[in-house]
Amino acid sequence: MSVQALPAAGITTRPNQIPLTAQHLKFVDRIAGINITVSILALSVGALFGVFQGLEHAKVFDIYPFLQPAIKTYYQGLTLHGALNAVMWTTFFICGFFTFAFVRSFNRPLRYPWMSVVAVVLMIIGLLTAAVPILTNNASVLYTFYPPMMAAWGFYLGLTLLVVGSWFVGFSFYFTYWAWRKENPDTRSPFIALSITITMVMWQLATLGVAAEILFQLLPLSLGLIGGTDVLLDRTLFWWFGHPLVYFWLLPAYVSWYGMLPAQTNGKMFSEPLARLVFWLFLIFSVPVGFHHQFTDPGIPQVWKFIHMLLTMGVGFPSMITAFTVVASLEIGARVRGGKGYLRWIGRLNWGDPSYAAQNLAMILFIFGGIGGLINASYSVNMALHNTMWVPGHFHLTVGSATTLSFMGISYWLVPKLTGHKLFTKWLALAQAWTWFFGMLFFSNAYHTLGLLFNVPRRTMLGQAPYYSTQWNPQMMESVLGLALLSISATLFFAIMLFTLIVPRKLDKPIEMPVAQPLDPKPAPKWLDTWWPWLNGAIALILLSYGPMLYRLITEAEFWSKGIRVW
Amino acid sequence: MSDQAHGPEDGATPAEEHGGDNGVHVEKWEGIWMRISVVIVVVFILAIVISTTAFGIGVPGVGGRINPNTLSDPGNPFEKPGIRELAPGKYEVYMVAQTWNFMPEKIEVPVNSQVTFYLTARDVIHGFKLAGTNVNMMALPGQISTLSATFDKPGVYNYICHEYCGYVAGAPIGHHTMYGQLTVLPTHALTTTATTN
Repeated sequence: MSVQALPAAGITTRPNQIPLTAQHLKFVDRIAGINITVSILALSVGALFGVFQGLEHAKVFDIYPFLQPAIKTYYQGLTLHGALNAVMWTTFFICGFFTFAFVRSFNRPLRYPWMSVVAVVLMIIGLLTAAVPILTNNASVLYTFYPPMMAAWGFYLGLTLLVVGSWFVGFSFYFTYWAWRKENPDTRSPFIALSITITMVMWQLATLGVAAEILFQLLPLSLGLIGGTDVLLDRTLFWWFGHPLVYFWLLPAYVSWYGMLPAQTNGKMFSEPLARLVFWLFLIFSVPVGFHHQFTDPGIPQVWKFIHMLLTMGVGFPSMITAFTVVASLEIGARVRGGKGYLRWIGRLNWGDPSYAAQNLAMILFIFGGIGGLINASYSVNMALHNTMWVPGHFHLTVGSATTLSFMGISYWLVPKLTGHKLFTKWLALAQAWTWFFGMLFFSNAYHTLGLLFNVPRRTMLGQAPYYSTQWNPQMMESVLGLALLSISATLFFAIMLFTLIVPRKLDKPIEMPVAQPLDPKPAPKWLDTWWPWLNGAIALILLSYGPMLYRLITEAEFWSKGIRVW
Repeated sequence: MSDQAHGPEDGATPAEEHGGDNGVHVEKWEGIWMRISVVIVVVFILAIVISTTAFGIGVPGVGGRINPNTLSDPGNPFEKPGIRELAPGKYEVYMVAQTWNFMPEKIEVPVNSQVTFYLTARDVIHGFKLAGTNVNMMALPGQISTLSATFDKPGVYNYICHEYCGYVAGAPIGHHTMYGQLTVLPTHALTTTATTN
């Protein structure tokens, strides 16, 4: 196995610690393994529909007539693509990866292991419950499920169970964190465990919005318990959740980039306290930014949109710190490996390791994804781009690359660790990472351009659109080139995962979770390991940025819109 | 990771002297980059403020509310969607987005006209993007979206529904066929055919 996993140095058993037994680790690994298996299965179906959509857009091949009667329409396929990739693949992978990494980082068993069992059971029941209406074309509402479009109740119930299940992943961590803190009152929590816990708390705050939307409006409406809904109120609750959702996708990649990846290329964490600060800033700024998805919505005063724009620019700041600090951590490694010069050291990074290469390539794509995000958030500029193909171009660089390609890279050490089998094979995995990189580069460049130059709408069966223009052809061809590479890459990924699982090749050496050591051994100051200022700050900022507008939307709500099936 | 938790007995390093117990040591280039980041963000915000104030590229605000179930009622402003001339070169367009067309589907205005759009949705959420312009709005049932634009170049501008609004398998129309056309005439004479009142 090619992962340069440093031993988890410094993990020593202190007298007041509960020992982490092999039996408990086996339990944790089983939970992680189930989550990751489900996530990869979800991605395999979701990605396939992505290819179908891309080919339809470019008028290369419309497969939907041939999928009858199993899959009725393009939009049912699009719902599958969004729900399986953006919701299921990410959430399951994150919960599995986090459970694995959290326990090892704390070197302490979970306080209440049953919570993690409840979590994975609820999440799987949720996935299956939502899958039935989607697969029977009773929930072709896309993964944003904007009301008054009305799916069958099973869709909303399934999503609720999935989210509540993910809360239990968080609960399991919070109780463990609390127990560890009581046992270790004077030590700093390890970075990986802390950053994971912050991410889950952020997710807790974020999901309150969508939980309110589903429990008080959509689920009762789909069951016929209430007569109508207020569409703008629902959208606002959705985007309370919808933007921090993207940080829920991104921060697990940051956990790996900061806390693990340097160790995979002989590097060290350049400034560990700043890495903590970055996560605390994400806790504060992730949620109060949702109106930047509603710049073009009526009914929200410009001043609130402007305030959320300012806060969105604020959440760009920790990512800009990351761009420096993570690269500096990797450069340390490259120089240890003999790298020289201002830029030549880049060649000495651990490119031969597919886990490293995939994540480094994911970072490079995220540079463009991050800049694109700042553009989208830019208030007036957004008017040129909102709901055009620019947007899928953008998020295929973020969730589709920064997140997905990083998770693939993580799989290249985690799946061999969980299965005890050697990766099948290093060279296939390297090919997978590079084809994804170039595939996404072409694909997203094409979609950005289509959106910016021609205002081609997103979420549309373009091949059948009467306004389809031959001017789009060069970019459409570029997107098909990207799709071809992505198809090869996705096929390789699933094959690598499958064959790693079923071909019992012996590991060269045991795999440990890569843990990057801080360059400066001085522990972070206590204020970077203290919850109350950050958590209270996050709650206060949510109340300030959402409170007045939500109060107004709720008190002035008009439940005029009945649920409608439009497919 | 957790060896940093052993605390101060690890021995003083030069870095430690910079910050004291509560400080965070920030390396020189890292500090420079953080300042650059702040400057970049501030410049972006200023650029946005200038584009919004000096160039008037605004986003929609509060345009009022209207019950989507009453749009066809007599006297409702959206009862007869279409274009109205307010003064020479000044128009307003009342538009309804519904599954799966815009009403009206065709608009003509003379060049250099200023047009204010009032848009609402009859059923589900729709989108409205006038290609090549900064007119970009969501159409929500229950809300009126409004934006103004001045058309100084003659030509045909598509307005396209950019929010998924449904499609029944095999039907000739659906979300992807939902669009309309605004024609900016090169003359100052109005020969509109889409005016419904």
